[in-house]
Amino acid sequence: MDIMPKWVDIVVVPLFSLFLAAFLAALLILAIGESPVAALNLMIEGTLLRSAGWGYMLYYTTNFIFTGLAVSVAFHAALFNIGGEGQAMIGGLGVALVCLFIPWPHWTLAIMGASIGAALFGMIWAGLPAYLQAKRGSHIVITTIMFNFIAAGVLIFFVVDVLKPTGSMDPASANFPPSTHLPTFQDIASLMGFEKAFRSAPANVSFFIALFACVAIWYLIWRSPLGYEIRALGKSGAAARYAGVRPVKIIMIAMMISGALCGMMAINTTQGESERLILNFTEGAGFIGIAVALMGRSHPAGVFLAALLFGFLYQGGAELALWTKIPREMIVVIQALVILFTGALSLMVRAPLERFFMSIKRADV
Amino acid sequence: MIDFLTLIQVLDGTLRLATPLLLVCLAGLFSERAGIFDIGLEGKLLAAAFVSAAFAAITGSVWLGLLAGVLASILLSLLHGLASITLRGDQIISGVAINFLAAGLTVVIAQDLFGQGGRTPPLKSGGRFEPLNFPWSISSKEMSDAGPLMQLYSELLSGHSLLVYLALLTVPLSWFVLYKTRFGLRLRAVGENPAAVDTAGISVVGLRYGAVVIGGILCGIAGAYIATSLQANFTKDMSAGRGFIALAALIFAKWRPWYALGACLLFGFFFAVDNRFQNILMPAWALSSFLIFISLVLLSYVWKKDYLDKVVLGGLALGIAIISLMVISSVWTSGISSQVKIPVVFIQSLPYVLTVVVLAGFVGRAIPPKAGGQPYVKER
Repeated sequence: MDIMPKWVDIVVVPLFSLFLAAFLAALLILAIGESPVAALNLMIEGTLLRSAGWGYMLYYTTNFIFTGLAVSVAFHAALFNIGGEGQAMIGGLGVALVCLFIPWPHWTLAIMGASIGAALFGMIWAGLPAYLQAKRGSHIVITTIMFNFIAAGVLIFFVVDVLKPTGSMDPASANFPPSTHLPTFQDIASLMGFEKAFRSAPANVSFFIALFACVAIWYLIWRSPLGYEIRALGKSGAAARYAGVRPVKIIMIAMMISGALCGMMAINTTQGESERLILNFTEGAGFIGIAVALMGRSHPAGVFLAALLFGFLYQGGAELALWTKIPREMIVVIQALVILFTGALSLMVRAPLERFFMSIKRADV
Repeated sequence: MIDFLTLIQVLDGTLRLATPLLLVCLAGLFSERAGIFDIGLEGKLLAAAFVSAAFAAITGSVWLGLLAGVLASILLSLLHGLASITLRGDQIISGVAINFLAAGLTVVIAQDLFGQGGRTPPLKSGGRFEPLNFPWSISSKEMSDAGPLMQLYSELLSGHSLLVYLALLTVPLSWFVLYKTRFGLRLRAVGENPAAVDTAGISVVGLRYGAVVIGGILCGIAGAYIATSLQANFTKDMSAGRGFIALAALIFAKWRPWYALGACLLFGFFFAVDNRFQNILMPAWALSSFLIFISLVLLSYVWKKDYLDKVVLGGLALGIAIISLMVISSVWTSGISSQVKIPVVFIQSLPYVLTVVVLAGFVGRAIPPKAGGQPYVKER
């Protein structure tokens, strides 16, 4: 029997971990000589109290939903996809090729084409490590790390040596044609008559694709036979194999879905925001996916909420860097602490809670 | 053709760039041989680089810097130990967290202490490890007039910082500790079969903490080397993925100290070549026939394999064949023997590609320690 009620496991443990991380971060801010309360106020002001702040936050959230879902799908199959960064880079390449070389009549078609391109490229980039894990027994963590670096090389090669327009000094591809421009929240708001909302914020319609991906992944993992096989393999490889699950097939499929999701992040960053292929457009979102998946306990609803939180932290962190002495890297520290408390030190976080509920139970008896 | 002096200079660069890789690789070796995966090498390297540069800048003593860097690295090792040995958490996740922690904290603290955008001030002499010049060695000005043996002696063997020679010494030392001492035998055993070690009445937890701390010390020295010897200050993210390359070298070396030296020198050589030359030129026919050869090897391998092998490796072979056709078509007008430029990014990616090939087990299969990554739970 579980010691703790389920709601404690799902709600209290992540919140408690978050609280610990926030507490340590507040101490660090104090040590720098700033006020944590003022910092939090500033973050809220710059993010939640302005529509442009929301626009930036939801832009980051879109990225983190994709990568968070990607990491959690792999988690369900007991695989650790640390290669989201590389898969997103190659996904961006797919988006760029689709947007540059196919004359799209309208953005609705372009986003479908770009999604397919991004997913396909990300899928291939995750498929190779998956194959090496499934058939050759190479540890997927190591291979996906290596593939991150190889992807960075491939991206640099394509941007600098292939897609860069001749005569341009900027390491970037040509701008995508206007017909591939995705409506931003600003465009949508002004259509509805609010010209001043979401001014110059990068959030765009791919946010809704991310929401749709949450629902699709929820259905896949908890309502489809394939999802059942993925979870069975993740919980117990031996039992799943005995029940007729083919590990090779499931490892391939889980990783390829994971890679496709990471790749699709690029429709937000590359087609939606920069509208050309640039270097470093992933900005570490592949790694933040790990924190998001851990915090969200690998459930799409949790991933969505954790992605919102990290979107808030990223936009708020940018505000802090702008107005205070607190550099942007403070967010990286918070992210590290969240990963530490929800992932590696989870036993330490849970132990006092478990003891607390044990004592309640004893009191009841 | 390149002359002898250029070659010596590239090899000299190889030694410089291989040193941090070697130290970090050996750190990973101790840790993984004891059954603790260490993705956090990168973070420890970065943290040690910052702390040593900061201490050396404040105190003006490079030795205090080194000591502080090593201590910082040990501290992160202990955190990894706490998470993965004592609390039996996921070793990979703990490593990832340590990398982020180092990446964030170094910049936050550097910005607070020095206010230079996450850098530390440049170190003056005394705050750095100076090159050790061997007796009778000549300076770089006289180098081009000297004979080949003198060039070899003065450029390649002499003129490195103390830590380079120290790193080279740690290879036989690690070999001795791992293979010739009781501690080493136990350490290797705990990475293969911790239950057996426990049954023999030896503390698994103690051994693993020992291994992790040794790793911390080595990473600390490596960090001090990149910040106070290779460079003269700390800059944001200056470890630049070296921790992961060292991890690659560790696999390439199949978790053995002497092989680690070879792997790190090879990877260091790639970086030295990459630093020295802007572009590598190669005759088109040689490049494309090399690619076609790889593609044919892959095809012959998958001939009698199952469906998935055929799709994946066959697809890879097809992709490589297409690249070689593109190489040929790009030189179609100027003739097959004309030179094509190999972009430097491919040289940079070579360590990772080679590691994947070795991991895949097509060439010299790498088998990790058996109990790696699993927390040890004592049976009751």
